[in-house]
Amino acid sequence: METSHKISLRKLDFYYGKHHALKDINLDIVGNQVTAFIGPSGCGKSTLLRTLNRMYELYPGQRAEGEILLDGINILDPKTDLNKLRARIGMVFQKPTPFPMSIFDNIAFGIKLYEAPSRSELADRVEWALKKAALWSEVKDKLNQSGISLSGGQQQRLCIARGIAVKPEVLLLDEPSSALDPISTARIEELIHELKNDFTIAIVTHSMQQAARVSDFTAYMYLGEMMEYGRTDVIFTNPTKKETEDYITGKFG
Amino acid sequence: MFTRYHRRRIINSINLSLSLLTMVIGLGALSWILWTLLRFGIHGISLKLFTEITPPPGSSGGLINAIFGSIIMSLTGTLIGTPIGIMAGTYLSEFGQRGILAPITRFINDVLLSAPSIVIGLFVYEVYVVTTHHFSGWAGSFALALLVIPVVVRTTEDMLRLVPDTLREAAAALGAPRWKVVSSVIWKASSAGMITGVMLAFARITGETAPLLFTALNNQFMSTNMNAPMSNLPVVIFQMAMSPYDDWHDLAWAGALLITTTVLLLSILARVVFKKDQSAN
Repeated sequence: METSHKISLRKLDFYYGKHHALKDINLDIVGNQVTAFIGPSGCGKSTLLRTLNRMYELYPGQRAEGEILLDGINILDPKTDLNKLRARIGMVFQKPTPFPMSIFDNIAFGIKLYEAPSRSELADRVEWALKKAALWSEVKDKLNQSGISLSGGQQQRLCIARGIAVKPEVLLLDEPSSALDPISTARIEELIHELKNDFTIAIVTHSMQQAARVSDFTAYMYLGEMMEYGRTDVIFTNPTKKETEDYITGKFG
Repeated sequence: MFTRYHRRRIINSINLSLSLLTMVIGLGALSWILWTLLRFGIHGISLKLFTEITPPPGSSGGLINAIFGSIIMSLTGTLIGTPIGIMAGTYLSEFGQRGILAPITRFINDVLLSAPSIVIGLFVYEVYVVTTHHFSGWAGSFALALLVIPVVVRTTEDMLRLVPDTLREAAAALGAPRWKVVSSVIWKASSAGMITGVMLAFARITGETAPLLFTALNNQFMSTNMNAPMSNLPVVIFQMAMSPYDDWHDLAWAGALLITTTVLLLSILARVVFKKDQSAN
């Protein structure tokens, strides 16, 4: 592969209490590319995504072992500043999660955490993020309305705008369109294509068509193990393992 | 033909009738109380109630000193108790997942929640009234604050737990520190429920008599001095109702009607506020 590795997983294990959810995962995520994680429910793909920004730390009893290198530095090191890490690695969730505040404040919230922009700088940045998320034209006249008043698809794009407004290096998308209708889904997928110019994207999806459409690399996971990982076109046309082929052709899963 | 279906229908109607009956008994008792209060209290309600102080027996007067004292002490009690209750409730919901401090606090709070209010009054009498050597409005406010705290702790924790974890994760995912997640996002998401809890706590203490008997005592005159004994509706109602004078009885009924109506309206208002927010989400 010709490009640089933004994130490298080395011998990653993950535990929910005693349950061994990820087993010896080794993987390189390529910068400014889209990497999709597919596999049946419970295979650990969402768990893997949540180790990348250490979201699991919110809950007692969950722990990761091994190494996750972000630009060569191990983020599982206990000395890592979690808040700064999460400012570098943004995340969008399955269900839209607008904050109970105005559309403008939804975006401004994250920016103001680490920067002290002037009012006009802040307004420019909010506009920039909303344009990047292809939401600006729909909300530019109602920035003071509650984020909750938007439709589901708009809410999800608001969450994406909120995530990219803090200018992270990596964007994690956890089934970002599974709660949306086909038109909203298509818009999100178009968006992913545009965003990979600026960000490294990792996406978990239940839809194999979506993985094939949006990703450059695909990882197939099963029962906490990495079964096969490679270029999306290769995985979908010429998988090396029988299990991968069975899953993507719908014989299993 | 007596089929299973018929039997089920009969059992259904029996259960339905029993449920209706108990509802009628509950509602009936409440309407009886309200009706009695209205019947005996309505002719005592006049403008004088809100302009004149409590009279000696045999002359006319109002309840303004008691109304004023009740409002001041209930407000002060709520103002003291609310921040403590909200902070403690927030700790229980947001920060107390690990360790044993939270379960112990929760248990003690439940004990405090069900403690007889007269015990609270005696406690404040012992630690505050005895050391300062006089009954006072402050003592009454402290006793009421002690009743506010457990109610607000409980409602705050319950309301914060209704906020889905996905919202906490979403805020944390932006790199927000824990306290920022709580103060900017979680409190905002549950503000209506928390305000409802504070209003219900306020409604509860406006009718409390026992904790004021040993603390604020009473005052026949208009007093705004929080370091002196202070008049209040519940104790005035109690003393006037126990007296042998008919005109005092009338005032006591009027006071009781006033206090009940206020509590009822506050409770309804609290529910309307909460409903409105729930439907907005």
